Amino acid sequence: MDALEIARWQFGITTVYHFMMVPLTIGLGLVVAIIQTAWHRTGRPEYLRMTKFWGKLFLINFIMGVATGIVQEFQFGMAWSEYSRFVGDVFGAPLALEALLAFFVESTFLGLWIFGWKQLKPAIHLACLWVAVIGSVFSAYFIIVANSWMQHPVGVEMVDGRPVMTDAWAVFTNNTALVAVPHTLFGALAVAGGFLLGIAWYHLWRRRRDGVDTVGADGRVVPGESATIPGRDRGDHTVWIRSLRIGAVVAMISFAGTAVTGDLQGKLMFEQQPMKMAAAEAACHDGTGFSVLSIGNLGAQNCDDIVALIEVPGILSYLAKGDFTTEVKGVNTLLPEYKENYGTHLPDNPIYGERAGQEIDYLPVMEVTYWGFRMMIGFGGLAALAAFGALWLTRSGTVPESRWLMRLAVLGIMAPFGANAAGWIFTEMGRQPFVVAPNPDPNGIDQVFMFTAAAVSPGVSAGELLASLVTLTGVYAVLLVVEVKLLVKYVRGGVVSAMPELAHAPADENEDQAPADKGGNGKPADDVLAFAY
Amino acid sequence: MELLPTIWFIAIAVLWTGYLFLEGFDLGVGMLMKAFARNNTERRVLLNTIGPVWDGNEVWLLTAGGATFAAFPLWYASLFSALYLPLLVVLVALIFRAVAFEYRGKGDTDRWRARWDWAIALGSFFAAFGVGAALALTTTGLPLNANGDREGGPFAWFSGYAVLGGLAVVGFSLLHALAFLALKTDGDVRHRARRWFVRLLPVLLLPIAAWALTIQALDGKPWTWAAVLLAVTAAAAAWTLARAGAEGKAFVALGAFLVLGTTSIFGAVFPVVLPSTLDGAFDLTISNASSSDYTLGLMSIAAAFGLPLVIAYQAWTYWVFRRRVSAASIPDAHSFLPAVAAKAFTTKG
Repeated sequence: MDALEIARWQFGITTVYHFMMVPLTIGLGLVVAIIQTAWHRTGRPEYLRMTKFWGKLFLINFIMGVATGIVQEFQFGMAWSEYSRFVGDVFGAPLALEALLAFFVESTFLGLWIFGWKQLKPAIHLACLWVAVIGSVFSAYFIIVANSWMQHPVGVEMVDGRPVMTDAWAVFTNNTALVAVPHTLFGALAVAGGFLLGIAWYHLWRRRRDGVDTVGADGRVVPGESATIPGRDRGDHTVWIRSLRIGAVVAMISFAGTAVTGDLQGKLMFEQQPMKMAAAEAACHDGTGFSVLSIGNLGAQNCDDIVALIEVPGILSYLAKGDFTTEVKGVNTLLPEYKENYGTHLPDNPIYGERAGQEIDYLPVMEVTYWGFRMMIGFGGLAALAAFGALWLTRSGTVPESRWLMRLAVLGIMAPFGANAAGWIFTEMGRQPFVVAPNPDPNGIDQVFMFTAAAVSPGVSAGELLASLVTLTGVYAVLLVVEVKLLVKYVRGGVVSAMPELAHAPADENEDQAPADKGGNGKPADDVLAFAY
Repeated sequence: MELLPTIWFIAIAVLWTGYLFLEGFDLGVGMLMKAFARNNTERRVLLNTIGPVWDGNEVWLLTAGGATFAAFPLWYASLFSALYLPLLVVLVALIFRAVAFEYRGKGDTDRWRARWDWAIALGSFFAAFGVGAALALTTTGLPLNANGDREGGPFAWFSGYAVLGGLAVVGFSLLHALAFLALKTDGDVRHRARRWFVRLLPVLLLPIAAWALTIQALDGKPWTWAAVLLAVTAAAAAWTLARAGAEGKAFVALGAFLVLGTTSIFGAVFPVVLPSTLDGAFDLTISNASSSDYTLGLMSIAAAFGLPLVIAYQAWTYWVFRRRVSAASIPDAHSFLPAVAAKAFTTKG
């Protein structure tokens, strides 16, 4: 592997990893904020328990997103200095604004929320969480604006070979970003929905297995109370069944949201990056049909080997244009167009290193684009179907006794993560060989583009890149194990693991921390920190 | 002189100063986890002084980096790629440190806590050292060619200046943390921190003073020399105030030292942002490394609105958590209560 390939692997690994944490942060943050609002308004104890429990898991995950996020900002300069020089005038601004206007807000107000349970008035404490969550949404917006400019460069003109921003409004309202932002946010909510559903299912199942909850003659659940296990009372049942239903509803709504926004995104992408979409379909020839299953050697990068076994006529046209008859251009039509517009060989320029003068392969890696696209939709749809099934199966007020269904529900947590990762890998690898894609559509600026081969840092050796790839991958692997172990531990522990006071005086829990009671425990409001460390 | 690039040079100097001021003490507190705190309760005192704020402080680093990318892309690209390995160390250090803060209290064994304590202490040290080295090198120069790329291999950045800058930020952070702990804690920790502060001030400020003086000797202007003199006065004032027991004023005086010190350094190198040690013609300056006036104008509007807001709500955070933390106010670590384990315990008992 040369420096370019190592740098690409590193960017891919660090980004996909970071984006395991981020959707859960955004989605779960929003859900916890809504639950805490419900507690604030109703004062019902189960909402406090849900806030504490899901809030604890939220924080265990949040910190990993923070820790891995810094790498993202640094590695543009470290590994991709030519890219940074080329795009800095337009790409740096959304990154800087993300830190200044969004991440500052998120970090500061989350600190207030974690430590301010007793320091702040309940309404202000709740507001801090909302402010932090809104900060995370803005953070997503700014980052996607930056990414969308790589997908669809707008608002610039070329000066001395570099794009210079001339229209900030165009950059910050890039149509690619305006559909990608809701798509990503719904994707994040889908992760949170599956997370709530799977974990709540596990706890309901455990209550049934231990004989705490039973099902009465009328087919309805009879919640019980465990004499020996702290916190496993009737309220605990309410916590889990409500969490499960919230999770299922969130999962279904967010799948619908991703489908609608994804459709809009697809239609844009057919205009903006036709090759990416042709590669997503392994569509070699022009046509109207959507391939459900194609065989042949996708990896051979030779279109003529590929046969669509099952193809639904008209669907591809619908995805691209909204009708069932328009012929969509296939790879074999697009390749000559790309060669004509952007050249057949990389220029003889030292920034291409050893690759200068090589022939350009305009076809993205079809194995990745074809299957990435289908995994995104498949995992997303599967999670939504499962959520629908879960609501049906729990209509009695608890889950069936089946251990296998429980395992499936827990395993199902992974599906939306998979959908998110597959979607990003698809869209980023589908953009290759460009790091900034040219846009042949009438609204794009066709001559603003950059080959990935020109983007890597010329002064950085392959050895340095390999050292960082190995180091970061190793560190990330270790931390993933630690994070998952901690999550599992706190999940198994149940609400009481996040709310030890339940074990001491379960009956008083709500009086202790009722929203109206500013002090809690009868102490002055600012006497003690809510010690989180 | 171009107006907007000059404004952004100042803005980035402000961001770095803000970073060193705020994260300075939390990096220092992190380093003191092993050297200063004597037992688990004291470590928790230390942690909880910075608990609500360290993450917000760290965003100053991200903002400084992001603003450099947006305002001076060529500076950002050359500096970050030339310092590839040291910045990798900074990243790994910051990752472990952040995770350690959150995860330390979530395990039940001493071994678990001890491991994360080391992660905090070493992470804080290497982050401070690496950032200091990078800042020093951007003032003294790197072997950059005409394209702004590093010549001479992965370690070509290494020089005495890198070590000096690293020690400068480590030393300052430790001292700043002692001033902060004297201000934010009570009981034994408070008094010990103040004693250490008085005793160690001359040693801990030596490297940062040496860096500032070196820069003055290389590029000093009359007004930046004056800033250095004022900085030394502020340090002396901090020492006197701490001895007299005025912890708040000592903290402010040390803050003034930092602001004057970074002002003298950034002021001296202006308008060069990253000199090339190979050829003065390859120096990156505010003119040849900056973004277009359009981008800088846009960023100026955002910063004029955003930065005061950040300072306001971060100040409010410090106000909310203004009470001193003491060993007495640290509750017992509530042992983790998993439902399953509790059940096993009960059935056995």
